[in-house]
Amino acid sequence: MPAPSQSRENVIEVSQLSTHFGDHVVHSGITFEVRRGEIFALIGGSGSGKSTLLREMILLQRPNAGTLRVLGHDLGKLADAQALALRKRWGVMFQHGGLFESLTVLENVGLPLREHTGLGQRLIDDIAAWKLAMTGLAPEVHAQYPSQLSGGMMKRASLARALALDPELLFLDEPTAGLDPDSAAGVDALVRELRDLFGLTIVMITHDLDLLWQVADRVAVLADTKVQAVGSMSALAQMSQPAVKKFFAGPRARAAQEQSRQQERQSAAVPQGAEQIEVAS
Amino acid sequence: MKPPQVTPAAIAQPTPQSLTLSGCWNALGIGTLEQQLGSVRVTVKADAVADASQIEAFDTVGAWLLQKLLSRLRSDGSGVSLQGLRPEFAKLLAVVAQQLGSKDPNQNRAASADRGATMLVRLGQEASAALAQGAALLGFIGESTLALAGCVAHPARLRWRPILYNIRSAGFDALPIVGLLSFLLGVVVAYQGADQLRQYGANIFVADLVGLSMLREFAPLITAIIIAGRSGSAYAAQIGTMAVTEEIDAMRTLGIAPLELLVLPKIIALVIALPLLTVFADMLGVFGGMIMARTQLGVGFGEFLDRFVKAVSLTSYAVGLGKAPVFAAIIAVVGCFQGFRTHGGADSVGRQTTRSVVQSIFLVIVADALFSVAFSVLDL
Repeated sequence: MPAPSQSRENVIEVSQLSTHFGDHVVHSGITFEVRRGEIFALIGGSGSGKSTLLREMILLQRPNAGTLRVLGHDLGKLADAQALALRKRWGVMFQHGGLFESLTVLENVGLPLREHTGLGQRLIDDIAAWKLAMTGLAPEVHAQYPSQLSGGMMKRASLARALALDPELLFLDEPTAGLDPDSAAGVDALVRELRDLFGLTIVMITHDLDLLWQVADRVAVLADTKVQAVGSMSALAQMSQPAVKKFFAGPRARAAQEQSRQQERQSAAVPQGAEQIEVAS
Repeated sequence: MKPPQVTPAAIAQPTPQSLTLSGCWNALGIGTLEQQLGSVRVTVKADAVADASQIEAFDTVGAWLLQKLLSRLRSDGSGVSLQGLRPEFAKLLAVVAQQLGSKDPNQNRAASADRGATMLVRLGQEASAALAQGAALLGFIGESTLALAGCVAHPARLRWRPILYNIRSAGFDALPIVGLLSFLLGVVVAYQGADQLRQYGANIFVADLVGLSMLREFAPLITAIIIAGRSGSAYAAQIGTMAVTEEIDAMRTLGIAPLELLVLPKIIALVIALPLLTVFADMLGVFGGMIMARTQLGVGFGEFLDRFVKAVSLTSYAVGLGKAPVFAAIIAVVGCFQGFRTHGGADSVGRQTTRSVVQSIFLVIVADALFSVAFSVLDL
């Protein structure tokens, strides 16, 4: 549900956020914002606090200082009812799926609808089945339990569950980690398609260079407890800070960059889907 | 900023050939509209109009319902057309229409077919699963025996550290609970017997009652049941969790036999610990009986022990103690077996743990009954 009048409002505003576990400082004074309709990526080395930041954004953890506004609400000052309402407006896909073992895949995806709406069982099943089809899972999988799925299928099912309530904001934690290149490319396309179709704002943590080059509109680099830089991948590629440069050195990074350039040249004439939505609204 | 107001989705029919749709056609706003939509009829054959300009919010659920309504009305023969839907909503509707159009109506039904399995089918499935499990248990016992035989042939392969650790955790750490419960059991047995014995003036026979029942039956049985709940479940949960986290597979690929590292030490440790615990339970149980005998029947400790030595033969003591290693083997084997049968996730660990406790208590009592039959045939 993109609100047409405010097409460039900030969906997430992080300001002066600090987190520490005991003596160990994770974040000190992090500030950035995520705009509506964009695909925003958080990158950084292991232990740089990406996951902690994500957990703080989805109300699983509290920062020690600073403010965090998501969809216009200050997360530090939420009443329980507001928190619940907010939770229904975003979807989260966990790194390892977070699917409930005791439910089938179809029931997992239908669970948010069953919990939060008064829809009939058949309609819920139909919609859950469609969401699963949208994420590329075959109907045979629907009756299976999460333990019977491969890692890639679990991610897809988890994504389908995150999309069950048609959220405005989608958080993806390592959407392509552990996937074969073909499935990972499928996720690239899927993320873009979802944004174009629903006007979703997507925040993701990823190490996947292809995903970053192909899909992310803007990227924030976390290192040394701070945000080192925010910008598009091509802007970041020009920067000189060592923490940022790390992501653009090495053969894998260069290959991903090169591939992205080629594709840009080929599709230079085709406008971006997101812009289309904005023009239309 | 206030949370966005959710206006419930609504449908109205101001004239027979027009429909007005309004409100939030999304998962949270749709409410009970689903049932209402089933009764919407457009009587006029052609040129009906559905005005969607007042729809404020639209998501998959709304699009799904709207598309179903439209296709139903169209298949009824009315040429209904949709007007005024916002362009971004129309895009979603088009995607849903494409999906609904391509959907094979039998697709979902096939998946749910096996849910409606009849009682008889389910009975058959359960029975064959139980049989398969019995066969698997037999196989597991065989494998464990082979592993044990291998260790006996090469004693250097026996792992003493885990054996000693298991003796401590399953044996020594269980002393307080085993002691307390068997003491209470002795108290109860003596108390229940006291009334009857007093009527016949046979107070001194309380030593026979407590001695024989505790030593032959109650002490081994209560100890085995406590240990099944305490250690059997721990074995199943530990091995089950290791199976879920692929630790067992890792062990196999590293050339370490899980049976030797995980199962044998537990079986050996419990076979050593359970008889020792049973002796402890014997002592505390008889002590509980002695206290009741003195307070309720006036039988002093000295008298009690005098009679006890005469009443309880060494055979009775050995019969009770001899059962303990068998119970120990049952508990350890069933606990480990159920642990290894864990597959899938956390859910399965819980299920297998429960199963290990239920089955080992069941088998312990069955074995006890078989012992009773055997001893009465042998006249022990």
